[in-house]
Amino acid sequence: MTFGFFIQNLINALQWGSFYALIALGYSMVYSILMLFNFAHGDIFMVGAYIGLGVAILLLKVVGTGAAAMVPGWVVLVLTILISMFLTALVGIIVERVGYRPLRDAPRASAAITGLMIGIILETSNILFLGGQRLHFPQLIASQTYNIGGIFVTNKKIMIVIVSVGLMIALHQFVTRSRWGMAMRAMAYDSVVVPLLGVPMNTIAAMTFAIGSALAAAAGILFALAYPVLDPNMGISFGWKAFVAAILGGRGSIMGACIAGFMLGFIEIMTVPAIQIVNRLFQLNVGSNLRDLIAYSIVLVILIFRPHGLFGEAYSARLRL
Amino acid sequence: MRNGTSATSPGKHQGAVRALFGPVPLLGFLVAFLTCVLLERAFGEPLAHALKLPKMPVLFGILTISKVVADLLNSVGRDTGYDPATLIQIPMTVIYVSVIYLAPLVLVGRLTAGAANRAARGMQDLPLMIPALVHLGLMYVVLHIWAGASDYRLITLKLTLIAVLFTLSLNIINGYMGEFSCSHPGFMAIGAYISSLFTVGLFVDSPVLGKAMVDFSMAYLTFPVALLLGGMAAAIGALIIAIPSFKTRGDYLAIISLAFLFIVKSLFENIQGLGGARGIAGQPAWSALPVIFAVVVFGIWFMNNFVTSTLGKALNAVRDDETAAEAMTVDTRKAKMTAFLLGAFWAGVAGGLIAHELRYINPAMFGVQKLAEGLAMVYFGGLNSVYGSIVGAVSISILGEALRPLEILKWIVIPLLLILVMVFRPTGLIAFRDFDMRKAMGPKSTL
Repeated sequence: MTFGFFIQNLINALQWGSFYALIALGYSMVYSILMLFNFAHGDIFMVGAYIGLGVAILLLKVVGTGAAAMVPGWVVLVLTILISMFLTALVGIIVERVGYRPLRDAPRASAAITGLMIGIILETSNILFLGGQRLHFPQLIASQTYNIGGIFVTNKKIMIVIVSVGLMIALHQFVTRSRWGMAMRAMAYDSVVVPLLGVPMNTIAAMTFAIGSALAAAAGILFALAYPVLDPNMGISFGWKAFVAAILGGRGSIMGACIAGFMLGFIEIMTVPAIQIVNRLFQLNVGSNLRDLIAYSIVLVILIFRPHGLFGEAYSARLRL
Repeated sequence: MRNGTSATSPGKHQGAVRALFGPVPLLGFLVAFLTCVLLERAFGEPLAHALKLPKMPVLFGILTISKVVADLLNSVGRDTGYDPATLIQIPMTVIYVSVIYLAPLVLVGRLTAGAANRAARGMQDLPLMIPALVHLGLMYVVLHIWAGASDYRLITLKLTLIAVLFTLSLNIINGYMGEFSCSHPGFMAIGAYISSLFTVGLFVDSPVLGKAMVDFSMAYLTFPVALLLGGMAAAIGALIIAIPSFKTRGDYLAIISLAFLFIVKSLFENIQGLGGARGIAGQPAWSALPVIFAVVVFGIWFMNNFVTSTLGKALNAVRDDETAAEAMTVDTRKAKMTAFLLGAFWAGVAGGLIAHELRYINPAMFGVQKLAEGLAMVYFGGLNSVYGSIVGAVSISILGEALRPLEILKWIVIPLLLILVMVFRPTGLIAFRDFDMRKAMGPKSTL
């Protein structure tokens, strides 16, 4: 158990956490505007990954592969990410229009139900149209491994972390510097008075969904780069964990969602070596599949002591049921 | 907050149905249904044969029709020969259902309305127990004969009854208490595992839990103990959520309970002594129809009594305005705690029932999908209403079964339906309605 081993796992945790953070941002932003969780968001992540797959295959057909390619692989990758972010943003807008806008004045729990149902519909449509088998994501950039003092880092890992941190910074700039970002913050602050001042509620809500979905699509493609097998259930298994990260960060807090996403990734990755150490020290035989159990127990304990998450503000919300 | 009675404005077609069945009391309906099932038992097979149906329609013809539709859909775009002759099954099924169910329902219901009303009026003055037992007995006889026609009907009926119990227990928390609980499948899992641990561990040789400890021919008499243990264990599990989360309001309970659901599932997956991810099999088949019927009826009676009690009304007050309720001397913590533990208890009992019906449990059965299903039933049927839970559980269960031939499309049709219900009736079909036994069983005005 060396320091290098720790750093190695830390890098893995950064990569794993950046997926969580990008998805958790979508949950958190929608919550801050509409005060409800978009339960379809995990499946939007899945849809984003599949759209990315489609776009990547189309682009590769156009520009050719291998030595005959017209442009290098990273151009295709950037184009794939941008185009799929745009398309998935459209999906997010449709979800808002169909599932949430008609229920703006309804009890919040009803909107949660429509969200869940839209998630099921997205998943089912995927199985219906693509047959439900796992699909392979094409290798867009060649994998290279660097050895830095005994620590192995692949170029993909570096790229994934850089792209996701870049997206987070871009989002932060957008929210704090632009007029639309200011409107979003105002809406999150008071969703009753601000629309009266002429800020269009529906546009802001649609925009929030679009941005969240675009980030989820980016997460989907980055995920597919690292683990190039897509299956229709990735939204449930991954999305719900990102939801937990959004809660952990504090509902509606953008920075909280990012940090908690990385933290959840860190907890999940570090559990495995921690169990190994405990096993070696105490001659035990604890299985490493306790990962989920330990991760969620830690989350539960944190929430018991900090009910509003790490960065959430305490507020006295009455459940509008 | 939408309070009080839901606004139902009877439309034109609703008016026609009301004119037809308005004067028929519950007793009359039960007698009419008894006629239907007896008719089916006597003439169902020959009639289905005469109508050239492949077999007797098992689920009021919906299943048969959806099978035909599914065949039609599957043949679109494929060269596999499609036999248009099967289309004739649709009108034939309609005829079958009209002859066996609709016609006797209308005729017998209307003809016996007078006598049934007199009987209902006569029973009205007796203690509530007597008319209740008469109605429930009749209802059981009807269900028993109906389910006796095929094994498929029997299992569908059993699972539907268990779903009613599960839905109502979830409605106590999500509807009456007004919190959003996500941990209900977890409670069900605890109930299923603990009751299985009791029955399988004691009375059955199992590869997971070892040899039977006791050889006892009347072992099924201990089934209530197993259910009770399962329910109690679920309630103790609920305490873990309730203690931290009742300090604050808002979505806190939703989140804690979601984490709890994941923890429970992961825990059962990892305890090798309980079979790990493969679960426990070989539970004794003790969930017979009369047992399930009795437990579910008792559960409905119990929970209905709770929500109409002073504590139950206090619970509604807490939901609508906790501060005001507290000012009116409501012990808010006690009300919420009781409701939450009660909901968890009955979910655990439902879990025990389902474990001994399917005779196989594994952690994957109690995941997010089960949660979505339960929430769908609660919100489809209606919040804060015993009727709503029954209607929601029965309609979603039957719909799920009837659309089974559509295979994967089923998971598009049902969610779409639920979205429509949510958009047009955000609190569900029959929300905020009291369930009054005496009124339900009483006579109807004959105009």
